[in-house]
Order: sequence, then structure tokens, then C-alpha cells
Amino acid sequence: MNDSNVSRRDLFKLIAAASATGALVPTHLAAAPPPLTRNFKNILSDPDYSNPAAPWDKPLVETELATLAVLVDLILPADDLSPAASAIGVHDFLNEWAGAPYPDNRADCEILRGGLAWLNTHAFQRHGKSFTALDAAQQTAILDSICDPAKSAPELAIGTRFFTKLRMLALGGYYSHSSTWKSLGYVGNAPIAGPYPGVPAEVIKILGLEGEI
Amino acid sequence: MALLTDRKSLREYDVIIVGSGAGGGMMGMLLSLNGVKVLMLEAGRNYDPVKETPMFHTPEQAPLRGKATPDRSFGHYDATVGGGWQVPGEPYGDKPGTQEDFWWWRPRMLGGRTNHWGRISLRFGDYDFKPRSRDGLGFDWPITYNELAPYYDKTEMMIGVYGSNEGLENTPDSPPGVLQAPPKPRAGEMLAKKHCRGLGIPVIPIHRAVLSERMDGTALAAKLFPNNPLARKLVAADMSARAACFWATDCGRGCSIRANFQSTTVLLPPALASGNLDIITDAMVREVLTDANGKATGVHYVDKLTRVDSIAKAKVVILSASTCETARILLNSKTALFPNGLANRSGQVGKNLTDSVGSWLGAHIPSMESLPPYNEDGAGGNHVYTPWWNYKTQEKLGFARGYHIEIGGGRGMPGMSSLGILNATSPGIYGKKLKEEARRYYGASMGFAGRGEMIPNEHCYCEIDPDRVDQWGIPILRFHWKWSDHEINQATHMQNTFADIIHAMGGKATPRPGREALNKPGEIIHEAGTARMGSDAKDSVVNSFGQTWDVKNLFLMDASVLPSNPDKNLTLTVMALAWRSADYLLAEMKSGNL
Repeated sequence: MNDSNVSRRDLFKLIAAASATGALVPTHLAAAPPPLTRNFKNILSDPDYSNPAAPWDKPLVETELATLAVLVDLILPADDLSPAASAIGVHDFLNEWAGAPYPDNRADCEILRGGLAWLNTHAFQRHGKSFTALDAAQQTAILDSICDPAKSAPELAIGTRFFTKLRMLALGGYYSHSSTWKSLGYVGNAPIAGPYPGVPAEVIKILGLEGEI
Repeated sequence: MALLTDRKSLREYDVIIVGSGAGGGMMGMLLSLNGVKVLMLEAGRNYDPVKETPMFHTPEQAPLRGKATPDRSFGHYDATVGGGWQVPGEPYGDKPGTQEDFWWWRPRMLGGRTNHWGRISLRFGDYDFKPRSRDGLGFDWPITYNELAPYYDKTEMMIGVYGSNEGLENTPDSPPGVLQAPPKPRAGEMLAKKHCRGLGIPVIPIHRAVLSERMDGTALAAKLFPNNPLARKLVAADMSARAACFWATDCGRGCSIRANFQSTTVLLPPALASGNLDIITDAMVREVLTDANGKATGVHYVDKLTRVDSIAKAKVVILSASTCETARILLNSKTALFPNGLANRSGQVGKNLTDSVGSWLGAHIPSMESLPPYNEDGAGGNHVYTPWWNYKTQEKLGFARGYHIEIGGGRGMPGMSSLGILNATSPGIYGKKLKEEARRYYGASMGFAGRGEMIPNEHCYCEIDPDRVDQWGIPILRFHWKWSDHEINQATHMQNTFADIIHAMGGKATPRPGREALNKPGEIIHEAGTARMGSDAKDSVVNSFGQTWDVKNLFLMDASVLPSNPDKNLTLTVMALAWRSADYLLAEMKSGNL
């Protein structure tokens, strides 16, 4: 079975978020409750698409987010085709990710938060500065030492695990944002009138599918 | 579309239908279009797909980019309200000694699971109705394919199904003019077809309940309801108002333009327009009520909004609550006359529970890297599939029944895990080079999902847990499960076949042993069999019309009545059976037999 991991505390938060007032007020001060329209309004299992805010706290603080913004741009910088990751808020998205009440997210939160701190400590030990204060060459040198699990030094294992996780989460957060889709080659989510047009001749030729229809 | 959700209702109806999904929706439409006063009770909330469907919403508009979570098993935008494999406040359990924990999927919304299903609509074939006669296992149906075929025709015309007629063994064709044209295949589907040919594996257009063209409502309604002016008028108008697919957005979100089939978009609107159907939502049915003669008189339900117990009365009661919920209601309807639960003199209620056998294997296909982009959204689901192709060699395979293959992949809407493959293909890479890698690998993966027939066995059943009730005070179900070698060996065969196809396409994949690769029981959400039909009251619950042997005015109309669970997804057959039952029920009501 697939039990929800939403804690009691989170559940109270959900109910508060779902209520008309958005806050729990002492009963003697409250107006008459609004008519009940749903037996149990859980905005996670019955989402309101017009109000999609995630109903949980974002745990990372400003300095952590600043470091994340630098990191996601090193992983996914701007190029001719698409913006830098921070320009579309991938670091903020990772904060939402880290705060979610589900087991995977809680595990990722530990890796992200601990990893950000590890990175700063590592930068401090090497250069006497936090990671964001390093120049680009110094930042890249550190990332090069932790980017590949097959090659990085055993004493850097915590940093390597952090970067491996961060790279995949940043990739997911970046390319699931619709502003990057054209650059990736996803041109759907747009209506087409008439019959479905099928595969362009150019693709048929590349794949050697002539005569397959 | 106005849906009645207030509590005003008649004192007594002709028919009460419990559930608003495929079976209940079809029954409700056909009866109300024939002047029968129907009350439908739905355990979930009202739901309007025209207003509530997130058609073009993008992942960044959703929490966690819309990914699947324990609260939203198929992602944020899936058309499932208030449920999933867990419904808050409505638990179920595992019976001690079970080999596997069963997953029970329940939405709590008008239209039930028809709002999010895959729309795969495959007719069962000749063999599927007589499995025991062929291999000595499971149960034969009390009807043949030919007896149900006219109702498959009608159902396909009513809901709109695309597909083709290929004349393959045990894969029935539809008569000319019934199916709509299938959409052209996508690149990966064509590539799979090309390479499957060398393996002797057919790949043909799949049948799905999606409109590839607008319906000619007037012509179709005239064929479906030649002698019923009201039905002709209402169905014609409603059919003609449905749009054709515009080849965008996943069908699992539901469809605000009503291009795919949902009970809420196709069956309930004409039913409500007739003025003969009332619907009460948020009504959790606890039990069927019977009189001293053992005749059904109505149902006892809990109004979820007020938590007040209520009674609704009718001359006929139809349970279309879903395979397991229908069994639960029957087992909870105990009286002195029916000490083991209603309509359970055979002892078969809750037994013979099956789900489709599922397993999946996918891989990167190098020849699909860096292809020129084009729009592959298509019909929001599969365009092609592989029907079971080994009937001639079945006896040598080590499992008795077949499976079909659902072929997917390519350039779908990017989500959180769409580039997960880069973890393996591109270690250590970041910066601009990583973006190049993303462009190279995006869309270059294909996956193969097997959906196979499970044979009912004595170890797979649900029953009432003697110790627990849900938040409405209703005793809950607990499940017992054990796969047989037929399912395990079938899953192994799936894995080996998928690996062969992937290798032929130029990819690499390692098949897993069947026991390991099998999806969880209940995970494929094709439960069937808990109140099976038969030709003898001694060992079955209902006759071929879904009429219970023990209570003449009690009908079951969902997948609980299916004696077997072929690889061909159940929904189309549930609706065809409902149509056949509706004809019977109308005739019986007219002649005063009920």
C-alpha cells in the first residue's frame, strides 16, 4: 500500500490553506462557518488547479538559495537556445522540492541541505571563502572534483553524492519548465486541427521507415 | 452541463444505480432514455470535466512539476479526485497470510475511473468467453462472443472508438462503419513495428475511445435508437456537440472538449437531459435493503456532507460500484435471510478476484537520438499495440493465457524524470555540454508494457474485515492474494519478449525474472470477478444479464460479474454487458416480472 506521508502538522496546514480564511481563528471569534461543500477537502488529493501553490514550507534560507542559484547556473547555463536555470527559478523550485512531505523529498532535502553546507565548508577550507565568493575557475575546479562518481576521490564522497543528486534534480526542474521545451525539441501541447499529421518525411528517412505506414 | 447535486429526490424510483462509472453510467443513460425514473448514488463529489480539466497546464504550474506523489499516484493533473490507492478515511487491509498486499484504486468523483482511464477499448474474442473449454482453467462465460457482439457494436458507436480491423485470431473486427480511423503512428511506434516484424510479432493500430473525427450524431443516434424518438434527439444533439481530438494533452487528465470517453462527458449528459435521472453525489452506500420476502427495496447510504444515514427506495437496485466495492456492499448487506451477505448463497461473492498481469521494460534507442522535432502528442495515449500472437504455441509456453503489449515512448511532454537516462549516459557532465546531452537523448527512449490475463485462483479474494470500519462506520475490505505460475511465467515471457524487441531496435535492456518484474496486484486497476456470472446459481452470483440468482430485482453491472479477465481492458466489455442487461431489464420491467 501507498500510505501518504503527510504528517498531522502538515494536515492542519492543508486544512488551513483550504479554508476560506486561510487561518485558524478561535471559534468564539469566528463567523458562522461557510456551507460545507465537500466532505473532506484535501488539496493534495483534490487539487485546485486555479490555485496551484504547494501547501508546504520551503525550508532553504536565503544564503542556501543564493548558493543553489550559482550551482544550477553552472550545471545549466544560458546558451543561444535557452535561459540559465536560475532565470526560470530552478533554485526556488528545488526549495519547494526540499520541503515536500514525501519520503523521497525528505531524503533529497537532507542531501541538498547538507551538501550545500559541505560545499561551503570545502570552499572555505581550500580558499578561505564561501563557494559563492569564489571566482568561476575556482568554482569549476571544485565541481570538477565531485561531478563524476566514478572518478571523484573517496574523501569527497559527500560532495559527490550531493552534486549527483543536484544535477539530476536541476535537469528535471529545468526541462519540465515550458520555457525550455522548444530548445529541447518538445513542440507539443498545442492543438492541431484535422487528422493527426504523423511523422514528417525527414524523420521517416533518418529512421529508414519508408513504406512502414 | 448541469448535474443535480442537491438532496431533493423522489420518494421512490423505478431504479437505483450505485455508482456513476462505465457500468452505472451506461445503465443510467439507457434506462432514463427509456422513461425509467432513475436515482444514481455516487460516493464521490460532483465533477465537471468541461470546467475542471487542466487541458494545457504545464508542469511548472503544479507542485513538484506535477510529478507522481503518494497523494497523486499518476501525477498532479490526473483526473482522479479524492482518492487513488488510498482514500482518506476509507482504509482497506491485508488478510494475514497473504503473499502480496493488494492495491485498491478508488476515485471519489462523479464518473469514477472513466475520467482518467487509458481509453483502450479491445473486444474480448471467441476464446475469451470459453477459456475453460479451451484449456480447462478458470470459468466459461454463460454467453458467447456472438451474443455480445451486437452490444459491442452499439457501445463503440455510442462512445466513439478509433481503430482498425485486422482480422487477427481472437481479436475481433468491428462491422464496417463502426470504428473511426486510427491516428497515424508516431516514429517510435513505426520503428517498433518494423523491428517486430522480424520477430513475428504483429504491431497494429490500437482501439481507443477517442474521437479521431467528429461524430455524425444524427446518423449514429438513428442507428442506435431507431424506435426511441427521445433518445434519438438527445443522443444526436449530445454526440454532435463532442469535438474531435485536437492531438494534444494526455487523456489521463480528462477531456474538456469531450473528445475521449468519460461517463461524465458521454453517458451522463443525455441521461440528465432526459429529465429521468437524478444524481446524488457524496452518497456512500452501506448496504442494499431487502424485505421479508428477500426482495430488494432500496439502499441505505451515508450522506457524506452531513454524516446522516439515509434511505433511498426503488423497485430495482443495480450495483455498479466497482468490482470490490460491489462485493463489499453485498457482503455488508446481511439479514436473517441472507446471513452470508446478499446474493451470496453460492459463497462466491468476493472470490475469484483478478487483476491484469503487468510488467514493463524500456530502454534508450540510439537511432532515435537527436531527431528533428515534431509534435508527437497525438491522441494522448497509444496509437498502436501488439495483440496476443501466440495462440498456436500457447501450450508450450508454460502459461495458459496471453497478453498484449502497449508501446510507448518518444517525445512526450517533458516532466521531472524525462531526462533520468542522463544519469547513466552522461556521468560527470555539466554546463553547456549537459544541455547538448539533454537535446541528444530527449525522446530517444521506448517502453513496452505487458497487460496479461490472470486466471482466477482460490487464493485471491476480498472479504469483510471483522474488526475495522471506515470513517462512515462501514465495515472495510481486506484482501488475500497469491500469484500462480501462470502469471509469473507470463511476466517472464513479457520481459524476454520486450528485451528481444529492444535489442532488435538497437537498444540494450536486461529482462528481469517474472516474479520480480510483476506489478503489484491491483496496480493495473483492472479488478474483476468478485461476483461472477454463470449458468448455475450453485456456483455463480449472477446470470448473464447481471441479475443476481438470489434476488431477482438486484442487478450487478460492473467488472465484478466477469467470469474471466482477458488481457483486453475491461471497460468496453462492462459497457457492452450493461447495454445487453438494460435491454433485458427493460423487457422484464415492462412484462411485470420485477
